[in-house]
Amino acid sequence: MINQKTFLYLAILAFGILAPFIFPSYKLQISIMWILVVLSLTWDVQGGQMGYNTFGNIMFFGLGMYVCSSFHIGIFFPLAEWTASGGEKTFIHTPSQFFQGFFIGLILAGIIPALVAAIIGYGILGLRGHYFAICTLGLGIAAGELAGGIELVGAGQGMTSPPWPKGIGDTELRSEFFYYICFLLMSSTFLFLRWAYSKRFGLVLNAIRDNEDKAEAMGINTMQYKIMGWVVSAFFVGIAGGLMGNMIGYIEPVETAFAGRTFGVFMVLMAILGGKGTLWGPVIGAIAFHVFKEGFWTFFLGWQYVALGALIVIVVIFFPEGIMGWLREKYPKRFGELVDEKDRKAQVELK
Amino acid sequence: MDLLIFQIPILMVQASIDGILLGILFALIAYGMALQWGVMNIINIAQGELVILGGYIAYFMYIMGIHPAFGVIVSPIIMYFVGWSLYKLVIYRVVDRDLFISILATFGISILTQQLMNFAFGSDVVVAQSNFGTTMLFNYMVTIPNSKLFAAIVSIIFAVILVMYMRRSKLGRAIRATAQNPRAAKILGVDTEKVYAVTFGINAALCGIAGSLIAITFTLHPYVGLPYTVRSFMIVIIAGLGNLPGVALSGMGLGVFEEFSDYIFGTEFRIAAVFLLLVVILVYRRFKLSRKREYLK
Repeated sequence: MINQKTFLYLAILAFGILAPFIFPSYKLQISIMWILVVLSLTWDVQGGQMGYNTFGNIMFFGLGMYVCSSFHIGIFFPLAEWTASGGEKTFIHTPSQFFQGFFIGLILAGIIPALVAAIIGYGILGLRGHYFAICTLGLGIAAGELAGGIELVGAGQGMTSPPWPKGIGDTELRSEFFYYICFLLMSSTFLFLRWAYSKRFGLVLNAIRDNEDKAEAMGINTMQYKIMGWVVSAFFVGIAGGLMGNMIGYIEPVETAFAGRTFGVFMVLMAILGGKGTLWGPVIGAIAFHVFKEGFWTFFLGWQYVALGALIVIVVIFFPEGIMGWLREKYPKRFGELVDEKDRKAQVELK
Repeated sequence: MDLLIFQIPILMVQASIDGILLGILFALIAYGMALQWGVMNIINIAQGELVILGGYIAYFMYIMGIHPAFGVIVSPIIMYFVGWSLYKLVIYRVVDRDLFISILATFGISILTQQLMNFAFGSDVVVAQSNFGTTMLFNYMVTIPNSKLFAAIVSIIFAVILVMYMRRSKLGRAIRATAQNPRAAKILGVDTEKVYAVTFGINAALCGIAGSLIAITFTLHPYVGLPYTVRSFMIVIIAGLGNLPGVALSGMGLGVFEEFSDYIFGTEFRIAAVFLLLVVILVYRRFKLSRKREYLK
């Protein structure tokens, strides 16, 4: 029998590769699911592993979206005219231009948010607890409002990202292309974080969460690790944003890019739902949330935000440990905890 | 960037007066926030939504043909019960837990309330006309809508009533005792559960007053609650908990800042200016404290 873990990874890999052929009509949905997994995984770097509850990671998402599309267009065409023309396409990418621009844009969509995170990190990450939470909340919203005032990227009306070039395939190919990039991004984020958590980086993050002052007293440069964590998050979230902007095809500052009310809340909720501070929790949470969301959104259109609000309250109050926490309590042996049945029974009697 | 305000100095007078009148309203909301933060140790992100809800009560009266200024009396009564039931439903479960739990839970409440208000009142920007007229100063150079003056005076009256109530009444003393030390208060026979419920109710009532004043002076929209939350949070962290003159002053300061930023950067960047000011203040305080190797608690 092969190792259970290898089996799990192989199953996920097989699902990821075959999904577009098994569920051809849900390609976009599953791509968005991978993006959501990336968002919740990267939120968990701060919220779960480091204990810094951020609402501001959405800022990198929107930034990545704008950067990717701006470079995608701006390398070949004047950006201002593109946004001014709105829906009327006066410029058309050739296939080679499209892919060159797309990949350059995607890489920059990772790098620029990471740089921004590194620059503002020193100031912002010195805040702790709820001050950090509110400060990042403010940052995310301010970024959206600022983007809504910049004419070059279409101000409040937003901008369109380049359409799929003609002559190399239909929309099926387009969605498959984006699907595989999303899957690749998800897998690389997951593998990178799995590797990073197994190194000193993960240990330091957990030390910061448990007691930052003590970690500092032990001689760890906590600020450096906090910034590193934020940079990692910003990098992957930025790429996710760039992909998302291209997939949707339309970027609007407050509703899609700096969408604090949707993705910004989703990422927090997904990580908590799955179980923050664990590697698998955010993945499970994102998938569970996405399934719930799609089901609910379809059948109770209009009530989605009511449901979202109620879900947040219920999850936060009654299940703050999430699915992984619940599993851990139920099957402690699987998580490598030593279980002493006698001791457990004795405790039950004491209660 | 528009430098009109520096060319026509009288605009500064206009902006300052507008800002101060606006800031008094902010201070009223911030006072509610300081109260619940100090007593219950929770940060209520739904504060802004409570304000807007209170405003919609006044607007509803306006639609029914009653003068919206009476909303100042009706709205707090209704909002008190809204706050009280909110406490009994949700808030009491988060009171003695991690602050982030309360932030997130009230964030959920805020999203839920926004959407319910959207269903109930529509997503249009509405305003309740008060027909109070305007006052002109300096040879018609400075105009002050009387509704804003009314709003400022009413807020001051209610704030004074509340301060007196907190100082003199038995319940007020119980609230202050609970803020100082909940455990000791409990030992001395204070029903802290009730105190918490009343505090949250009072906070909601204050939001109701402020909201109904906002309904007659400014505009209402289901989704504009969050800036009010952030403003009150900002005012509280500048002034500190339990510093009433500080809350009033920093509220007015914030109002003046906003009016000036309107003139200088343009109205479309108003919200961005508020949120960026929050970031700047927090980061400034953090650097100042980190010299002493302390951090904001």
